Amino acid sequence: MTTVTPVRGYSRESTVLGSSVGRLDTPPKMSGRAEFTGDIEVPGMVHGSVLRSPYAHALIRTIDSSVAENMPGVVAVLTREDLMDIDPYYGHAIRDRPIVAFEKVRFVGEPIAAVAAETAAQAEAAMLQMEVDYEELPVAASLEAALAVDAPLLHGGELRPGAAHGLGNLPDRAGNVCYSYFIDRGDLELAEATADIVIDREYNFPAVYQYSMETHSVIAQHDGEEIRLWASCQHPFLVRAEIAKLFDLPVDRVRITVPYLGGGFGSKSYTKMEPLAVALARKAERPVKIVNRVDESMITTRRHNMNCRMRTMATSDGELLGREVELWLDTGAYADNGPRVAATAGDAAPGPYRWPSFKVDASCVYTNTGPSGSYRAFGATHLQWIGESQIDEVARAAGIDPLEIRNRSLLCPGEEVRARAKPLDADLIGDVNKAAVAIGWGRERIPNRGMGVSVGLLAAGAHPVSMATVKMDATGSVTLLVGSTEMGQGTRTVMAQIVAEVLTVPVTSVFVDGADTRFTPYDRSTGASRSTTVAGLAVKRAAEDVLDSLLETALEIFDLTDEAELDIQDGSVSHGSNSMTMAEIITSRFGFVGGELIGNGEVKPEGGSGSYEEGPVFWEVCVAAAEIEVDRATGVVRVLQTATVADVGTAINPLLIKRQDEGATLQGIGNALLEEMVYTEDGNLLNDTLLDYRVPTTLDLPDKMTCILVENNDGPGPFGAKGCGEGALAAVPAAIVNALADAGIPTCQLPITPERVWQQIQLPDNDNLEGMNNASIQ
Amino acid sequence: MELRSTVNGTGITVEIADNDLLVDLLRDRLGLKGTKRSCEVEVCGACTVLVDGKPVSSCMLLASEIDGAEVLTIEGLRDTDFFRAAEESFIRHAAVQCGFCTPGVLLTLSALAEQENSGGLDLKKELSGNLCRCTGYQALLAASGDLLS
Repeated sequence: MTTVTPVRGYSRESTVLGSSVGRLDTPPKMSGRAEFTGDIEVPGMVHGSVLRSPYAHALIRTIDSSVAENMPGVVAVLTREDLMDIDPYYGHAIRDRPIVAFEKVRFVGEPIAAVAAETAAQAEAAMLQMEVDYEELPVAASLEAALAVDAPLLHGGELRPGAAHGLGNLPDRAGNVCYSYFIDRGDLELAEATADIVIDREYNFPAVYQYSMETHSVIAQHDGEEIRLWASCQHPFLVRAEIAKLFDLPVDRVRITVPYLGGGFGSKSYTKMEPLAVALARKAERPVKIVNRVDESMITTRRHNMNCRMRTMATSDGELLGREVELWLDTGAYADNGPRVAATAGDAAPGPYRWPSFKVDASCVYTNTGPSGSYRAFGATHLQWIGESQIDEVARAAGIDPLEIRNRSLLCPGEEVRARAKPLDADLIGDVNKAAVAIGWGRERIPNRGMGVSVGLLAAGAHPVSMATVKMDATGSVTLLVGSTEMGQGTRTVMAQIVAEVLTVPVTSVFVDGADTRFTPYDRSTGASRSTTVAGLAVKRAAEDVLDSLLETALEIFDLTDEAELDIQDGSVSHGSNSMTMAEIITSRFGFVGGELIGNGEVKPEGGSGSYEEGPVFWEVCVAAAEIEVDRATGVVRVLQTATVADVGTAINPLLIKRQDEGATLQGIGNALLEEMVYTEDGNLLNDTLLDYRVPTTLDLPDKMTCILVENNDGPGPFGAKGCGEGALAAVPAAIVNALADAGIPTCQLPITPERVWQQIQLPDNDNLEGMNNASIQ
Repeated sequence: MELRSTVNGTGITVEIADNDLLVDLLRDRLGLKGTKRSCEVEVCGACTVLVDGKPVSSCMLLASEIDGAEVLTIEGLRDTDFFRAAEESFIRHAAVQCGFCTPGVLLTLSALAEQENSGGLDLKKELSGNLCRCTGYQALLAASGDLLS
């Protein structure tokens, strides 16, 4: 039982808040009754198959669809010729992407045309009969190739900003760099002049696939005046805006229904397959379903690979003086969320330390590969392992414990994290010490084992705009309308708990569905760990609005004037020995068993524009500790144990939070040890199946995973809650890298495959960090 | 060819093409949408069903191969005592997140439950053919362990 802050002047013991109530969506998901987009059948629906480019960079001379059009079952073939009446470019950050390739293709697998047919097999058969004449162009399928002086340009002309980039004025484009983010603070030259210890290295982070088990799936219908979509999307309201703009319809004529998502992790954020499906449905004049194969989803979005150079300067006793970071993120052929990823990576680069000076230069670069976008804890995951490994190197050079250097130099609550942003609202020193203790930090050394810790921050909450509506009818049943997408995290259950808490009704009496943008109030997005904090606060306010109406009616019935004279418990309102259920109050209000009370809640930016610069809603901590064991004969690294910290303010459902951190931890292990998309020089993805792109299985589990919850009831969300679920993914790879270095094997490249570790072991003096590229201890 | 088989206890006779996959037969022809399609290369386990009591990946099995066989999908499993026990254990451990892998996991577990000494199995090994990207497996293994013991 948790004692809750009194709602409206009365206090009671909570049975809902802080309780790990069972998820409401588990029974339908277990029985197979839960519908995902691919399970839905719409009357008259046909199936779409996408013709994709075999070249990474080529002009499209001609497209001949005459054979395909006459194949059995074919209803329509969509090509660029069908899009001449609209401006076919979309992209929330940069409007750089056509619905199908127009004058040229920019990556292997880029959609060129699409076929709609009665069956999926007929659509695919017809797609294979499409004839396209290409003229190949020079290819830049890597950061090195795209940044070369004579690199082929992917995008000519001016870049148009998208409607939701939220990053101020986009800088001028330079070559294939589509976005740059700079920070320059303090006097780096002074740091340079006074430093005794300088760590200077180059690092590589691989391209990684989010792999939500449900691939991108969409059903679209366009009847000329209205568009309907059923889509596996995390941000239905942002997709609605982009579709309305593309197809020149008022926003209210675009209706998106979001079923359950089979995982998201950022891969289904912003707009993905929806424009192509709508365009095909418009041509077919029938509803069209498109369900990607895994290889198609892998080139629909991925995590940015990155090259980075970092230089950290410190005194001989480990006092941090300055840090300089240059990084290049490979956003593929189209920007997608790359600019935001670059800004977030830039912000994560210094790490949460008290720096006299630091300088960051982050670039987002076009290459002839599939587009990169959001993946859980983006930016932070890219940089934390690099920054934290350099902190450990400083500690080693200065002869102090890695935990001690953090205790001395980490930011404290209230200190500035970045100019104009919210000051630090978490206790990082306390958090990292909790994680270290959990894995037995300081224990006697065991050969071939190592321990590491890592600390970082993630700007969470995105733009804080969310609305919600709660309806209670005269039988007492409650419906919650909220736009958060259920993609596995358990948001529908947590939202129901918030409503149940305010109205004192059972959680199971609150019905929550996915978004239907025609009826569900606006919610900016599901991502950036924002749903519980931002949408949840709107939900709480909506429930309180219903409670207001209930109490207003109850006062009339009991002939009272002061709410303080009313007691609210178990779905009833009472005064002394007089008690009425909420259903009775509503019935009394309307004079018969009918009508409903409707409450609305809204969250908007407070004390600022809510922009990225002035954010975040809260800082999500990224704190972990790990112990690893390395087999020096084979190079195999095994994670023995991990500990992660989630500072959640108030845990509305503690078990679901732990489950989030466990999932993020294993994805962190995948990012650190296993996962890497491999592109050839000519832009072909070599490992585009789960056979050779390996994600963690049960066999990759550590022996022990500890998830520590920190609750200070200090979050900006409902009941003092803060979001969670991403931090562990940024923190775990960093802790593993540091643990491996502790075992004598430093690394500058992820993933840490057995082959790379084995090669590192073969280097002379691999224990000596000076043996690696540019480290110098002056 | 004409396929005769028993699916979830009901006899079926359907006309199929030689290259039809079992997953398509189940989902598109028989409307059994609880069987999920993901990797399509027999790695992820989301499409797992039982054929004559043995777990198979329906994404890689030709529909013709179930001629004369008995097939069990989640729609057949969900009315059993095993399923009700699984539901209790999986809810208690919060072992289901997005739920896309869950029907396949349950089919795998139902086959394991039939084995002698099912309580003593190494579940990390037994469930390594069922990918889950959400849970980190901890809850899945705990819930499965409770269920089989």
